[in-house]
Amino acid sequence: MQLARVIGTVVATPKDENLTGVTLLLVQPLDQARQPVGKPLVAVDSVGAGVGEDVFFVRGKEASFPFYPKEVPVDAGIVGIVDDIGL
Amino acid sequence: MLIARVVGNVVATQKQPKFEGAKLLLVQPLTVDDAPRGPALLAVDGVGAGVNEKVLVVVEGRAAGEVLGRKIAPVDAAIVGIVDRVDLDERGS
Repeated sequence: MQLARVIGTVVATPKDENLTGVTLLLVQPLDQARQPVGKPLVAVDSVGAGVGEDVFFVRGKEASFPFYPKEVPVDAGIVGIVDDIGL
Repeated sequence: MLIARVVGNVVATQKQPKFEGAKLLLVQPLTVDDAPRGPALLAVDGVGAGVNEKVLVVVEGRAAGEVLGRKIAPVDAAIVGIVDRVDLDERGS
């Protein structure tokens, strides 16, 4: 999983039918100091994250598991909202 | 798998139910010279690792799910060992 900040929302009307009702968010990956690192990407949300929040997301097929048994065609998914990082 | 150092622990109240009770650690991947390599990532802990320890991290979903002991878990990285020592053959590097 990787740390990221939610920086926006994505709206797509024509889409794969299995993406219906799924929230798409734009996230900026962060390093351990919570500074931006790398390029933003789109991730599905299953925990109710909002813009400005720090989250962690999973990459790959596992991103679709929160929607199981629905086969959602995604490769990144937010799976938690960060309260605190103890360094 | 990669070798990384545990640099922190992550607290998250609002998360996927499959993460309930799991320990989430922030790990910094290392080069063979123990220098940081790339951004830190989050891994579930399967071996009782602590901050500052050098660990072995698997970055693959199925393996990470097995560490958690839960099927269909949305995880992609897990700590599967604590590294005691790495012996590096200088001729090979």
